[in-house]
Amino acid sequence: MPLKLDPNLSDPDGAYDLLIAAHDGLDKAQSDALNARLILILANHIGDLDILSEALQAARAAG
Amino acid sequence: MTSTGNAVQANYDLAFDLYPYARVADQDACVRHPVVVVGGGPVGLTLALDLGRRGTPVVVLDDHAGPGQGSKAICFAKRTLDIAHRLGAAAPMMDKGIVWSRGRVFHGDGQLFQFDLQPEPGDRHPAFINLQQPYFEQAMVKAIRREQAAGAPIEIRGGNRVTGLEVRDDHARLEVDTPDGPYSLEADYLIACDGARSPLRKMMGLGFDGRVFEDNFLIADVRMSADFPTERWFWFQPPFKDSGQSALLHKQPDDVWRIDFQLGSDIVREVELQDDRVRARVDAMLSSQTGEVPAYDLVWTSIYRFQCRRMRQFRHGPVFFAGDSAHQVSPFGARGANSGVQDAENLAWKLDLVVKGKAGQPLLDSYHTERAFAADENILNSSRSTDFMTPKTDASRLFRDAVLDLAGRYAFARPLVNSGRLSVPCVYEAHHGFGPDDFDGPVKTRPGSACCDGPLGNGFLLDALTDGFTVLTLGQANLSVPGLAHLHIERPTAEVAARFLGDAPGAVYLIRPDHHILARWAETTPDAVLAAVARATGQEGFHAPEA
Ligand SMILES: Cc1cc2nc3c(=O)[nH]c(=O)nc-3n(C[C@H](O)[C@H](O)[C@H](O)COP(=O)(O)OP(=O)(O)OC[C@H]3O[C@@H](n4cnc5c(N)ncnc54)[C@H](O)[C@@H]3O)c2cc1C
Repeated sequence: MPLKLDPNLSDPDGAYDLLIAAHDGLDKAQSDALNARLILILANHIGDLDILSEALQAARAAG
Repeated sequence: MTSTGNAVQANYDLAFDLYPYARVADQDACVRHPVVVVGGGPVGLTLALDLGRRGTPVVVLDDHAGPGQGSKAICFAKRTLDIAHRLGAAAPMMDKGIVWSRGRVFHGDGQLFQFDLQPEPGDRHPAFINLQQPYFEQAMVKAIRREQAAGAPIEIRGGNRVTGLEVRDDHARLEVDTPDGPYSLEADYLIACDGARSPLRKMMGLGFDGRVFEDNFLIADVRMSADFPTERWFWFQPPFKDSGQSALLHKQPDDVWRIDFQLGSDIVREVELQDDRVRARVDAMLSSQTGEVPAYDLVWTSIYRFQCRRMRQFRHGPVFFAGDSAHQVSPFGARGANSGVQDAENLAWKLDLVVKGKAGQPLLDSYHTERAFAADENILNSSRSTDFMTPKTDASRLFRDAVLDLAGRYAFARPLVNSGRLSVPCVYEAHHGFGPDDFDGPVKTRPGSACCDGPLGNGFLLDALTDGFTVLTLGQANLSVPGLAHLHIERPTAEVAARFLGDAPGAVYLIRPDHHILARWAETTPDAVLAAVARATGQEGFHAPEA
């Protein structure tokens, strides 16, 4: 299964809101740490190294 | 000729006097030997024992009379024990060594998780044992003495320091210092097992490629008779004072514990080695779980720096480099001596065949190809461990800490915690000379991998393999090949079937003298098996186009 780069979220605004709200009250260091934990949790959920590496490339390319 | 003048002064105190200097006739005339090994560490000794048992004459030169006091290596892995067993040297190691199974990982004040290493069912040896390196070397020398008594052409010359080297196309000439003065000798093949600082490597002007880690590790071996659990404890960011980035506590035989503090790069060696400073750290660690400092003695302390690097080429004409002289890794994962012993066994059968004229030079070239590949794998693994323990960038520290924060709570993050990955033999995947893999069998036994063990009758499968090429047939496949040893297992045990057959009714395996699997087939012919042997040994037919 290739990496999905077409819209896939059923509620984009709701999802975005969740991501932002999770950082409420956190300082920069705490936010960074939260993001790192989140990435690890999602990476484990994906499981597949090919998809992970495609996702990393996509993320780097857009920056 | 170069001579130190100050002949053969010891650089360190000995743990055991195993091969004291004795004058030999060679010292009066320059004699040519088929194989000379420089260095009687774990690697040189393994090589000499393996070669001698095969009947190829070998002379070992070492500038001391035995291993130094204080143990460097303490963890010896299953593969090393299997090799030592094949060479008849494992019994004293297993008698003396300590088997541990429980490990605990701490982060700061708290325990993140614990794990239990289960032995593979049906294997003779555990994943590894803890044993001081001098005992390992002592057991090797004991086996060598036994083989010598039975006529094996092995000679160990202690107190022989190599001081000069000339390399020709087809031999090397050595200058050697002894208490009776210098002499010269020649070798068709010279194997440099002379350790990380390899004087031979320097004499040849050869260097290393790779990374040097700036971290300093304080090693303290302490003896305590207190009832302390036989477990491996590893701390990330230990809470005790001044203890650095990580710390490790590990049991050895003789009531000795290995303690390791990662001190970082900015230290003054002499200060950190002062007894009271060492003791302050050790006290804090040992009391961290119970609040009490048990009585202990400091047996040995030292500060090390580690590097992850290797020589570009392990073979230079008639000269081969093996063990620490060829490659170095950080100690996490115990890959130094363990991989060096595998170098030795990779080289021994190849040299033996070539010296006896049964195989050509390409077989010796495959030593570099295979063992440099293995060294790269070891370097990769130990660099990854080191980077996890000492993150080098902000991002890497962020992820490292995130893994540690998650690991206490969620099982998924525990495999990401890297305090050293256990040394396992590398698979010579897709290497020239291996194959074919004409069997849709288990991954574990694919060509290139080290043959795994399993129960066989009242014993073990590995014991039934020979020191030469072995055809192993299982289940419905049964094929004997003229000139090759044959082991047939009609009704394999569940473990053996799972490892070698999977769901298939039968299979044919061809196993090399170093017990790596060379090829396998669902079914095949004697000619195909012989062709695989010929290809592996660089023989006739090697260049013939394959049908
Ligand atoms: C603190 C520490 C912990 C370690 N832990 C582990 C572990 O748990 N597991 C593991 O597998 N590895 C471990 N290692 C690595 C292991 O100790 C080495 O990889 C191993 O000793 C290498 O063996 P060797 O035979 O290549 O070299 P060495 O053991 O260094 O032997 C070289 C020999 O050559 C001799 N020599 C040198 N120059 C000359 C000369 N000019 N003439 C004649 N003789 C000479 C020396 O005297 C010596 O006897 C550890 C290392 C350290 C420092």
